[in-house]
Amino acid sequence: MGWKTQQYFGKFLSYIILFLGLGFVIIPIWYMIATSFKPQTMIFELPPRLWPETWTLTNYFAALGKDKFDLYFLNSAKVAVATTLSTLFVSSMLAFVFARMRFPGKESLFYIFLLGMMVPPVMLIIPQFLVAKWLSLYNHIGLILVYTTMNISMQTFLLRGVFENVPRDLEEAALIDGASPWAIFWRIILPLSWPGIAVVVINTFLYSWEEFAWANVAIRNTSQRTLPIGIALFQSEHLTEWGQVFAASLVALVPVLIVFILFQRYFVQGISTTGIKG
Amino acid sequence: MQTTRRFSDWIPILIFLLPGLVLFVLFFLGPMLYSLRISFYDWKIVHPDQSIFLGFSNYQKALSDPIFQRATLNTAAYTAITVIVKMILGLAVALLLNQSLPGRTFFRVAYYLPVITSWVIVSLLFEYMFNGQAGLVNYVLNDIFHFTSKDVLWFADPILTLVPIILLDIWKGVGWTAIIYLAGLQSIPAELYEAARVDGANPLDQLRYITWPLLRSSTVFLTVVLVIGGLNAYISFQLMTKGGNPLDLTHSILTLMYEATFSRLDFGYGAAISYLLTIFVFFISLIELRLLKQQAM
Repeated sequence: MGWKTQQYFGKFLSYIILFLGLGFVIIPIWYMIATSFKPQTMIFELPPRLWPETWTLTNYFAALGKDKFDLYFLNSAKVAVATTLSTLFVSSMLAFVFARMRFPGKESLFYIFLLGMMVPPVMLIIPQFLVAKWLSLYNHIGLILVYTTMNISMQTFLLRGVFENVPRDLEEAALIDGASPWAIFWRIILPLSWPGIAVVVINTFLYSWEEFAWANVAIRNTSQRTLPIGIALFQSEHLTEWGQVFAASLVALVPVLIVFILFQRYFVQGISTTGIKG
Repeated sequence: MQTTRRFSDWIPILIFLLPGLVLFVLFFLGPMLYSLRISFYDWKIVHPDQSIFLGFSNYQKALSDPIFQRATLNTAAYTAITVIVKMILGLAVALLLNQSLPGRTFFRVAYYLPVITSWVIVSLLFEYMFNGQAGLVNYVLNDIFHFTSKDVLWFADPILTLVPIILLDIWKGVGWTAIIYLAGLQSIPAELYEAARVDGANPLDQLRYITWPLLRSSTVFLTVVLVIGGLNAYISFQLMTKGGNPLDLTHSILTLMYEATFSRLDFGYGAAISYLLTIFVFFISLIELRLLKQQAM
């Protein structure tokens, strides 16, 4: 085979494999979408259909009218946005110190922060539960603070890699002009680290939008529940009403999808700047 | 910049460190040590001062408890299978998407979709697809491919229950593994491949002698992070087994810890289980890092 033919053949093969894989990836999601539009009588029909015979919006109206779903949605939005902002704030400041400042004990402190990537988050739930009780934080503030803490290690690690890749010349010029560390951080480092920041935004938003374990123990008041808790309970209360469960689930996926689409074009580029690259 | 000597130089450092340090001590380091203490007690949540010191007996109780042993086995099998499959498939997808193919962005986004779905939602989705009587999976196995003659009751058998749980994790995780590998691939200079081609290396040689060695730090990162994630499996086990059904044979370590703590209110035992898990995670990570370092030499 000539070089050209070999190349075309390779591409052809790549497409076949990619499309096969795509089938496995997409079918479950499509099946969820299709089921959410099926009337209740067809949820357990045989044979199961990937394309509903009749389409209906009943599930959406039914699910959204039930169980304070709109409230859970708002709660999740509030918690996820606040967590993303606070994680970005806290981790980028830490990362700036670790990437750009010098002081004795810096390396050891950095390794202590990395412990957070080693320790299973759920092992902390019992004592966090007790700390939250002590500070009366069985509410959204408690969620936001714990979520931020659980994200600090990983995101600081990623951002330190990003900041280290920012060329130092600009800063040195700014230092000569008498710029403060805050100005360097805010005016030079952050604006030049946009792709890395996009990775942190996606990571933390996804994490806090879907976190289940901590929210499940920390939220006592039903009106403060977040979506994952709401959906899990909804399913256990309406066991066979899968159409409604999936209608609610799909609505819950919309914000994540928006965040992902907005930030995805920075994503691969962002990961390569974080220092986990090969 | 000079090493800090004057007090005034410390002020910006402290200001930048403060928010993170406070949170980390309050909600991470503090709880970690507190949890260690609880694990040595028969802890009374309402009257902590009446807690009874037990020494290591919570740990002994866990290690000799058949339910804990089974949970450990489940978690280990789940982790081993999902991590290996995700790494292989993830690398394959990354290699395919690293070519200049039209429609590459579309595939990237599509393969990443399962990653951004939430665990609760997709656990329920897989539960529905593996439903015994009218599930899509049974229908495909039975009526289309005739692999099985009657409906498989996935969630009634302690081993079969692990199948949807494992498949879910692979389905959801391949996209992420692929993205990390893709980022690694993009940092490999193209000249290396050109030089190899001039020297007559075929694609397989290139993969073996250039790509794989240069992806080493991505591989190390992925192995460590994926294994930690696998050992921490919780939501899919909790939702699909309804807390260890049938007969407490399908727990993961964490669903067992949850049950001990928040259903039986045995906080000391729960804390001991979580410390055992941490110790596993720590040693397995160390071993992984060492093995992967050796392999590189």
